[in-house]
Amino acid sequence: MKTTIQPDELVVEIGGLPIRLHSNDLDFIRMLRERYAGYVNNSDHASFNFEIELAPPGTESRDEDVRVSWDSGQWLMERGDFRAEWNPFTCQGRIQQTINPYSLDSVLRIVHSLVLARHGGFLVHASSAVRNERAFLFAGISGAGKTTMARLAPPDVTLLTDEISHVSFHEDQYRAAGTPFFGELARVGENMRAPIECLYLLAKGPDNKIEPVSGPNAIRGLLENILFFAKDPALVNMVFDAACRFIDRVPVRKLTFAPDASVWELIV
Amino acid sequence: MSEKRYLARSTAIASRAMGDELMIMSATNSTLFTLNEIAMLIWEAADGATPLEDIVTGRICAEYDVKPEVAMTDAEKLVAELVGHGLLLVSREPIGSLTRNS
Repeated sequence: MKTTIQPDELVVEIGGLPIRLHSNDLDFIRMLRERYAGYVNNSDHASFNFEIELAPPGTESRDEDVRVSWDSGQWLMERGDFRAEWNPFTCQGRIQQTINPYSLDSVLRIVHSLVLARHGGFLVHASSAVRNERAFLFAGISGAGKTTMARLAPPDVTLLTDEISHVSFHEDQYRAAGTPFFGELARVGENMRAPIECLYLLAKGPDNKIEPVSGPNAIRGLLENILFFAKDPALVNMVFDAACRFIDRVPVRKLTFAPDASVWELIV
Repeated sequence: MSEKRYLARSTAIASRAMGDELMIMSATNSTLFTLNEIAMLIWEAADGATPLEDIVTGRICAEYDVKPEVAMTDAEKLVAELVGHGLLLVSREPIGSLTRNS
């Protein structure tokens, strides 16, 4: 049994889930330590272990479609630039990719989305931030204003992410956790967690305005932004149930905002 | 005399009632649908054993002030849409539960 982290591995912990990554290429491991700075856990404990096998540059294809399937007792994850296998029962996985940080980012997102789905949580296209010990999520598709909201945040606000928010259900409450998954801001979020106060669905407009969203529109607005890759019916059911439970417990509002800092006066 | 059409809900869906509406999500493509009150009647009655014709006359026309031919036309449109998205199965024979996992 290992007792210390070796130079050819690191443990990345996002939302309380430590994942060990091992590669024989020490330069790649060093690159990952920089990429996931703030989320590298120095304890030896990990829930899952992934072996990363690096392929020569230029061997990737341009296929941008992500495919996730369950086959023979393990998850298969594929895109033009990576192929990964993960057995959640043995807690072992293997990733084949070229030297770049983006492929691993995608694999980690998929793994987290699959793990969260089993526990009533999800990853969602949303920036998120903590103010007064409560988390606020700002969801929307690309261009909706996720990064803008993050950029406009005043100094008393702690940014969790400007792109992908981690939502978990724990001790009867939904919590948002920081993630290293960033968008245009190109900055990793703070590695912390806080109970979620509100989910805002973003829209741009001439004035700042908040309107309640309820029922089917709230579920629709949330589901449109949840990251989910697998077509497994049981998991889809879990994500759907998670979205329904979330809107039962967390207020969903539409936030129309003009792109200036005054919008944060409404976020209290 | 026209043949009867039997309807059955796909099991590859997730659903939840919200007030007077029912939200359905397809497990195969994550598409989301919202059914209104009348559409919900058809959905709930789609048990594989009750023909569409009986659902329209026995449920919709019995509960709503609507002409049978109008109700049937609307029901056929809805059924065609749901079948097209893989949410509903339709057959000239009663549909057993073992055949629903499409």
